Amino acid sequence: MTATLPGVGSADRAAFRPATFADALRSEWVKLRSVRSTFWSLAITVVLGVGLGAAISAAAAHGYAKSDAPSRLSWDPTSISLDGIGIATLAIAVLGVLFISSEYSSGMIRTSLIAVPRRGRLLAAKAVVFALVTFVVGEVTSFTAFFLGQALISGHAPIATLGDPGVARAVVGAGLALTAIAVLSVATGTLLRHPAAAISAMVAVLFVLPGIASALPDSWRNPVLEFWPTQAGGQIANVRIAAHSLQPWPGFGVMCLFVAIVYGIAWTLLDRRDA
Amino acid sequence: MIEARGLVKRYGATTAVDDLSFSIRPGHVTGFLGPNGAGKTTTMRMILGLDAPTEGSVTVDGRSYRDLPAPMREVGALLDAKAVHGGRPARDHLLCLALSNGIPRSRVDEVLRLVGLEDVARRRAKGFSLGMSQRLGIASALLGDPAVLIFDEPVNGLDPDGIHWVRTLMRTLATEGRTVLVSSHLMSEMALTADHLLVIGQGRLIADTSVDDFVRSSSRQSVHVRSPQAAELAGRCREAGAAVDGPGTDPDVIEITGMDSAEVGKLAAAHGIVLFELVPVRASLEEAFMELTKDSVEYQAAGVTR
Repeated sequence: MTATLPGVGSADRAAFRPATFADALRSEWVKLRSVRSTFWSLAITVVLGVGLGAAISAAAAHGYAKSDAPSRLSWDPTSISLDGIGIATLAIAVLGVLFISSEYSSGMIRTSLIAVPRRGRLLAAKAVVFALVTFVVGEVTSFTAFFLGQALISGHAPIATLGDPGVARAVVGAGLALTAIAVLSVATGTLLRHPAAAISAMVAVLFVLPGIASALPDSWRNPVLEFWPTQAGGQIANVRIAAHSLQPWPGFGVMCLFVAIVYGIAWTLLDRRDA
Repeated sequence: MIEARGLVKRYGATTAVDDLSFSIRPGHVTGFLGPNGAGKTTTMRMILGLDAPTEGSVTVDGRSYRDLPAPMREVGALLDAKAVHGGRPARDHLLCLALSNGIPRSRVDEVLRLVGLEDVARRRAKGFSLGMSQRLGIASALLGDPAVLIFDEPVNGLDPDGIHWVRTLMRTLATEGRTVLVSSHLMSEMALTADHLLVIGQGRLIADTSVDDFVRSSSRQSVHVRSPQAAELAGRCREAGAAVDGPGTDPDVIEITGMDSAEVGKLAAAHGIVLFELVPVRASLEEAFMELTKDSVEYQAAGVTR
């Protein structure tokens, strides 16, 4: 075959424009949508978030009749309907970790860094694209889970509507908390590079360490869980705030601060390490 | 134009690249030669900003790679053909790379046609043979229509047709005035593809020369002689100061170094020695290379005991 290339020549080469952050965003979007694991992980997020939320709502609604006065006082139908999202978070965490760490395991990272040698730009584009996708999927999941949960509770126990104080914030907030986890998982994947190590770290932060903390004596447990980033961030999806918990927005702020710190470390290491 | 000045890369106690300086000029295919572990890939990774040099610097058209405003438009590179996400279709792989540098989508189909992968564009890369992966890697290097091209072992895994195609492509790219740097450990391949050579061993520059000069300057130039009086000729040549190998198992054959064929012929005539064969033997590129790298290994070993 002839190897003559169309558009060869210094005149053509002089005409190109510098690559921008928007270019990197488009590139990362193609990367995300063109692998099968993205579809499956997002489908699992929706199914778990909505399905588990429905099951928990139905069970709680049937238990309401037999419950005592104090537990009726803390009845939070919004938070109950959004409970499934806590587990669905795992699917987002795995996908976020894989979004970058699979580039390390396949060697694609070198191809990516040759295309986008400004490493901060590459990481930011990845984080922004994955955060936006998670935000959309997260809001769809939380609104669906909310309405389905209230429908299942209705008739058995008091329900919440979006107009009630704090409810709209909680439903939107469940998607926001998921988005923060999305950024955290991309940063963790960048930091640790190995998919298994990064997924384990995410499981530890999300589930194992809070579980261990809740087994501690009260004087230890309360402050630890109050400020544990994922626990604090989760307050944004609650309408009734339990004792020893941060308020919704300050809690979410603690989580965002934690995510920002991990992201900052990931960025620094990505920039300095040999790829 | 790729320029390296005093490039050094150390990994702990190991020095992978040791004070390398070179310029790679446009319009030529420059072969980057060295045995395995000589530092070829490490050098290429430093050119591409993947690894930071411990000392020294390397620039592409006067700028370090990380500072290029649209790197794929200026440099096309194929380092490792298998460095792709296996779950991503070939076309999407090229598309995400193209978009990252603002290269139009139409160019993706163009390079797929150019490398002959248009029929498998929708297949996921993990199903690709090494040869197909090499073509995909070459396609990604050509995406930005760059003036500088860097290929690490591009014919690895290709069938004879593919090798011929790559060879033609490299030469065409150089003829178009581009800078082409190709690494290989296949000396015979370089003889056919490259017109300039950069030879490294143990991370050090051994030779920066044209292919012709490289072979000509190699120390192994000898004269092959077949004669019924081989033993007598051997003695005469030794008297004249040449080194003679043989006669060995074949009592009629000797190899003379240190004299050219004309001198051997005259010497034989002066002593009435009959010659059946008188053949100047020029070291092949392969032999010249082995000779050079052998020296570098010996040098290195001496350096260690010091």
